[in-house]
Amino acid sequence: MTPPDVDAALVRAYHDEWARIVAGLARRYGDLDLAEDATAEAFGVAVQRWPDDGIPPNPGGWLMTTANRKALDRLRRESQRDAKHTAAQHLVDDVPPEPVGPVEDDRLRLIFVCCHPALSMQARVALTLRLLGGLTVAEIAHAFLVPETTLAQRITRAKGKIKAASIPYAVPAATDVAERLTGVLAVVYLVFNEGYLASGGDEAVRTPLCDEAIRLGRLLHDLLPDDGEVTGLLALMLLTDARRNARVSRTGELITLDEQDRGGWDRGLIAEGHALVRERLAAAAAGGPAPGRYQLLAAINAVHTDAPTARDTDWSQILALYDRMALIDPSPIVRLNRAVAVTELDSPLVGLAEIDRLTDALDGYHAFHAARADVLGRLGRSADARAAYDRAIALAGNPAERAYLTRRRDQLAP
Amino acid sequence: MPRYLLSVFGPAARTDYGPYPSKEDMLQAFADTGAFNDRLQREGYFVFADGLEPATTATTVDGQGESPVLTDGPYLETKEHIGGFWVIEAPDLDVALALAADGSKACRGVIEVRPFQTAESVAALLDS
Repeated sequence: MTPPDVDAALVRAYHDEWARIVAGLARRYGDLDLAEDATAEAFGVAVQRWPDDGIPPNPGGWLMTTANRKALDRLRRESQRDAKHTAAQHLVDDVPPEPVGPVEDDRLRLIFVCCHPALSMQARVALTLRLLGGLTVAEIAHAFLVPETTLAQRITRAKGKIKAASIPYAVPAATDVAERLTGVLAVVYLVFNEGYLASGGDEAVRTPLCDEAIRLGRLLHDLLPDDGEVTGLLALMLLTDARRNARVSRTGELITLDEQDRGGWDRGLIAEGHALVRERLAAAAAGGPAPGRYQLLAAINAVHTDAPTARDTDWSQILALYDRMALIDPSPIVRLNRAVAVTELDSPLVGLAEIDRLTDALDGYHAFHAARADVLGRLGRSADARAAYDRAIALAGNPAERAYLTRRRDQLAP
Repeated sequence: MPRYLLSVFGPAARTDYGPYPSKEDMLQAFADTGAFNDRLQREGYFVFADGLEPATTATTVDGQGESPVLTDGPYLETKEHIGGFWVIEAPDLDVALALAADGSKACRGVIEVRPFQTAESVAALLDS
């Protein structure tokens, strides 16, 4: 049995140090495979030794030194197997890598490698969760409902491409960093959404994915505290995650924002999210760049979480924020969300007209039919609402969402 | 330094001006591609480049059997074929991709970027 304090120290070290060690070794040896395996081995040694030897005074340093030794051991073994690579035999240096400044943090480079646009989105997600999040292949495979062998191949192929194609282990040039960062944030948000609104499987919420996405969001925010969109994404995830416990009923049914028990919201996360949103509002007011997509979404969620009851929601603010969203992202989904705000602020009839304009673009999207069904129900058009709920239920992938839609349909007036 | 093959793909269906819609387009593409080649030379990326005759002029050869089997036409029947290529040397993929984007604009074609094997990767292959 591992004593509880050692267990806690191991978990903490895993969360705090995994990415730092993988990233440090990757920079030092230019080999992601080696970095990942040596880091995993070092944690394996810690699990064996810490219960007997005690927690080292500097767990991160201990792990880095151990991982570095494991990497050197492996390089020596490989170089002995292949006499042509004698150069590696000279690697007898046990000194841990030199500390680097926050701007050139190794983890930031690793993020840009894992989320490189030359890799498929699936590969980016898998690599990011493995190398930065420290999730095991089995955990990632389970979260994304794919066989472990498939996920393992995906990671192996991506690492193979990074090596063979010489994807640089570097923070992109200043001219490209904003665009590349958008790609990084998309990966983190995809992980969060897959956790928060699982698109398949039996679980309504996959908590490990939400937690990991927020951890990545915090890491990015630590590394790039002045970037508005990085701050916006973290705030958005915190304000969304704060409602996690109020969002699914004991019977496994989704509870929408208007019906949630607001007492079940996590006030700590909401306060943290609101503070981040206020920070961005102040930056924008001081002449900073116009807020991007994540900052606007965070602001919308700040308005929702600010209302003591659903009835107190400031829909005019939400509509104004969606209007700004539509300017930078005129996608049908943004227009659908805007139409929902119009329904609340103006009338269901005006909202329905807006929603119906999106039929061609969103006919295959369950949320479109769910929104339409709700508005039709309010207008007393029960038969039309029932048909729309049927469509939404058929298209929804999440079990909690299906349960919610089914109840709403069955509650319609005959 | 890593080497990359930049293959240019274009429609198999040709006009009188090859893959270009008009003579003006063709001349402009040639001029732009020439300028791009000059830049590759000047900045030290250039290894080799050339354009290819249409895929209809290709002959496919399989010499693995007793006597070679010849087939008229390209190996793969697709709507798009390789129409030319560059071989460049670049410090990493980001540089290669940025050059490919400029080259694609100059020659009016989609470009596939693929790294060449290196002494190291072949050694790893032999080792496996």
